[in-house]
Amino acid sequence: MFGHLPFWPESASTNAGNVDALYIFLLLVSGIMTVLIFTVLTAFAVRFRRRKGQRAEQIEGSHHLEITWSIIPFCVMLVFYIWGAVIFFQERTPPRDATEVYTVAKQWMWKFEHEGGQREINELHVPAGRDVKMIMTSQDVIHSFFVPAFRIKQDVVPGRYTTLWFHATKPGTYHLFCSQYCGTEHSGMIGWVVVMEPSEYEAWMSGAGGNQPLAVTGQKLFSELGCVTCHRSDTQGRGPDLAGVFGKPVLLADGRTVTVDENYVRESILEPGAKVVQGFKPVMPTFQGQVSDEQLNALVDYVKSLAAPPSGRPANTNGAAAPQP
Amino acid sequence: MERLLLNLKVEKVRVMRMATAVVSDSGERETYLNAGYGIKSWLLTVDHKRIALLYLMSITFFFFIGGFFALLIRLELLTPSGDLVQSDTYNKLFTMHGQVMVFFFLIPAVPAVLGNFLIPLMIGAKDLAFPRINLLSWYLYIVGGILMVYTILNGGVDTGWTFYTPLSTEFLKTNVVSAVVGIFFAGFSSIFTGLNFIVTIHRMRAPGMTWNRLPLFVWAHYATSIIQVLGTPVLAISLVLVGLERLLHLGIFNPSLGGDPLLFQHLFWFYSHPAVYIMILPGMGIISEIVCCFSRKRIFGYTAMTLALLGIAVIGFLVWAHHMFVAGISVYAALIFSLLSYFVAVPSAIKVFNWTATMYKGSITYQTPMLYAFGFIGLFTIGGLTGLFLASLGVDVHVHDTYFIIAHFHYIMVGGMVMAYLGGMHFWWPKISGRMYPEGWGKLAALIVFIGFNLTFFPQFILGYMGMPRRYHSYPPEFQILNVLSTAGATILAVGYLLPMVYFMWSMRYGKPAPANPWNAAGLEWETHSPPPTFNFDEQPVVTWEAYNYDDMGEVPEREESPVAH
Amino acid sequence: MPTSQTVVDEHAHENPALLHHFATESQQKNAASLGMWVFLAQEVMFFGGMFCAYLIYRYKYFADFGSASQQLDIKLGAINTAVLICSSLTVVLGVRAAQLGKRMALVFWLVATILLGCVFLGIKADEYAEKFEKHHVPGPSFSYHELLPGQEKLPAAERQYANPHHAEMYFSLYFAMTGMHALHMIIGVGLFGLLAWMAWRGKYTPEYYTPIENAGLYWHFVDIVWIYLFPLLYLIDRHR
Repeated sequence: MFGHLPFWPESASTNAGNVDALYIFLLLVSGIMTVLIFTVLTAFAVRFRRRKGQRAEQIEGSHHLEITWSIIPFCVMLVFYIWGAVIFFQERTPPRDATEVYTVAKQWMWKFEHEGGQREINELHVPAGRDVKMIMTSQDVIHSFFVPAFRIKQDVVPGRYTTLWFHATKPGTYHLFCSQYCGTEHSGMIGWVVVMEPSEYEAWMSGAGGNQPLAVTGQKLFSELGCVTCHRSDTQGRGPDLAGVFGKPVLLADGRTVTVDENYVRESILEPGAKVVQGFKPVMPTFQGQVSDEQLNALVDYVKSLAAPPSGRPANTNGAAAPQP
Repeated sequence: MERLLLNLKVEKVRVMRMATAVVSDSGERETYLNAGYGIKSWLLTVDHKRIALLYLMSITFFFFIGGFFALLIRLELLTPSGDLVQSDTYNKLFTMHGQVMVFFFLIPAVPAVLGNFLIPLMIGAKDLAFPRINLLSWYLYIVGGILMVYTILNGGVDTGWTFYTPLSTEFLKTNVVSAVVGIFFAGFSSIFTGLNFIVTIHRMRAPGMTWNRLPLFVWAHYATSIIQVLGTPVLAISLVLVGLERLLHLGIFNPSLGGDPLLFQHLFWFYSHPAVYIMILPGMGIISEIVCCFSRKRIFGYTAMTLALLGIAVIGFLVWAHHMFVAGISVYAALIFSLLSYFVAVPSAIKVFNWTATMYKGSITYQTPMLYAFGFIGLFTIGGLTGLFLASLGVDVHVHDTYFIIAHFHYIMVGGMVMAYLGGMHFWWPKISGRMYPEGWGKLAALIVFIGFNLTFFPQFILGYMGMPRRYHSYPPEFQILNVLSTAGATILAVGYLLPMVYFMWSMRYGKPAPANPWNAAGLEWETHSPPPTFNFDEQPVVTWEAYNYDDMGEVPEREESPVAH
Repeated sequence: MPTSQTVVDEHAHENPALLHHFATESQQKNAASLGMWVFLAQEVMFFGGMFCAYLIYRYKYFADFGSASQQLDIKLGAINTAVLICSSLTVVLGVRAAQLGKRMALVFWLVATILLGCVFLGIKADEYAEKFEKHHVPGPSFSYHELLPGQEKLPAAERQYANPHHAEMYFSLYFAMTGMHALHMIIGVGLFGLLAWMAWRGKYTPEYYTPIENAGLYWHFVDIVWIYLFPLLYLIDRHR
């Protein structure tokens, strides 16, 4: 919306313009209110200053006025509310096919891993014109991922994933700040988001490190850690078949239904007894302390990557038919 | 628009006769100040007025400590790189600035100094309901204060005033436990003060002093006391759990042991949001008193004002998670708390409109208290309007944890609350000390405070929207110019705060002796001597008139040229 | 005409217990009562924070909490509940004795309350000691290796054990809540000790027994907190 104005942050995402519009509206209304009140106060201060022979007039009040100046401001505030809520809802609803980047925050650096396996520290390369979703967790304390140019921020909490998405518009290099106080080098936990033209981004991706894709790493771990022994695709396993479960609802043993998202997969690895799928016994061991956050990311990405099985077999296993070995 | 002149059918004659003052052998009238000398008579006093002065000394002490930390912070922020102090030191500075200012200055200041002093006087009582618990409150505050000073001297604490876990429980090696225990004690001081006020206002009003005749200052403290009593215990338990977790490595807030860091945030903010209303409501009470006196008018919309006070107190308990919009709460929770936050804004707006309307057709003079009142109304308006920005989810996501937030709360707490406190101190100084402060210096200091304040904090709104995070020791160079402006303002503000310290103390010796009612103000406190005798009134007042009966009161007397005693 | 009211010469025939800043005894009594109720309101909020934490984690880790809960001795808990309820009865009987001016009866009932309180605290100390022996006290020496409720019915190879971290969470909250409750009881016992001594010296009369009444209110509150604590802490999933 703006070029680079002084005393105004750069705008480099679709969200930025939306937030700026609301902010400017708020500024205008507040400015008008402020000028109004200051003017009236000044006018009264001058007009009704003490003068010889003039007495103050005792006025009890006015119901009409009280109601008027309660309801009208409240209605204006509802506009602020609804407008802000709409923006917020959009911010919190990542599009389906967003490019995903896993983030692990730790004191005092940002570790990024793209799905292709590329790893970055404190610098995040993203393509312009594409939706990007950050799947973030912390290794230690609460941090917060803040990119002023995108007008977007999300706390990064240990023990769970939080997500944030954006659609960068303008190639350039933009500040990344940690905005939740996290100890000694909090103000040093900064970096850059480098937005590139899609073609340059592709070039960068292929050049950036020869790591295997995240899901492949996850698949290796899935096998090394023994997950594959129970989570089999032939419904004979002690654990549910994971093909195609990601993103779908699943019925739990206690009757609740949850959606299989990143947090559910992560929780199932670290605290398997918390939300056991109906029809399965709570026999899965915990991997708390045995897998790092990066390895968890790989496993989550692997589960995500498992496509739905060929038609003819139910995507999700209800263990009612599975005999227990 | 206006109602007809109210036809006051009540007694127009006020009752106090002060000829029967008690006079000591030396011929000097007995006041609460000279009714006993020696340190024991002060440290073991149960006189609410003396306890108020004990508090005045202690909170002033902590104000200057917190202010000193603020100056160091602003000095560091003159340059983009962290070159004045080390990172750990800087983190301790902003932490202790916040803890000292919030728990040892802002929360107690108006209630424990002005509330303690004035509430019994305003309702026509001899003392608070529980004078010994009042003294206990002060000692609890002092114990907390000693622990806080110990924390500072023993290497400080760097959790941020908000103590977020697991940083504060698992990762820091500083004096978290002593800080937490110190604040715990300060919290109980606050609870007992609130308890005392509630019972006093319910049970100790003089005959004829009905609820609807109470000054708004009293109503404001009543609403504040409800918050203090119901909210502070939740802070207490949150801090206890943090302390226990630290000492015993429990896992209540530690994710790797099954705990939830967000649980701490909910418990903490459940108190700390209502806490900001503990800070501002008494200030609003002060402003009502000052505006009425210096406009020579009753308040516009008395009932609306009392309902607004109570409304803020109640709704204030329902909005805490607006501090957590990006913390990881669900979208639905965020939507609910955002809406509720707009509800709480309405009664505050009503108060600003009513104060302004009170001046309409008034007879206004501009003594120092009134200057502070004008300042309060303007700056509270700005601070409150920026609250609307923050309640809006779309904007809050961007400005949360930036300097925008810092500017917002300093506009309300410093531009609002501290100015109200100073206005109140000037207004009631004659009553408290029996002396007049020098009016010229008072006006000058008010002006310096106003200018210094705006220069310090307005640039911070801009910094925040630009993206400068809070609690940052160093920052990118493009933020420097605004930081320099802010620091310049801070030095001016400091001068503005030092001046009253100096001339109030000067006035104790050299100030003109004050009459009982130097402002010709309405209110029972003005119907007794300046300073009052130990038991407040020579005779039990019986109230037969409405609050703010300025129609009977004439104008504010002219001040003589020289403020010096002859 | 001025409608001032000169102060009645109140010292003529007042109760020595009337404090100087009150106009009448009933004002003083009402103030003291209201003060105690307000104090209890803040106590509710204080315990409320811990109850809130407890309820959240119990919901999250129900099975593990069930396992940990069953480590407590339900008989001792029930006895303590009965003891406390009886102590509330003795308090009420003490208030009644004060109202009737029966000095020795008042002292008797206050002492009975103290004794019952001490029984409670003694049993609690015993429970704590047992937890200490079994390494169920949260902290560095915590260790927990117990089955989830109902697992003992299964063949040995299939039995599920509780998550020790979650069990430690339960015990953290158990000790915090019962510990805070016990602290309030100790304060109450001390308070009653003081009151019993003053009662023995004849300080309380049918015209003035406010401290007895208010201390009774406090004690009832402490009792009610326990009545919530007992089922919440001791009785999870016991029907299995």
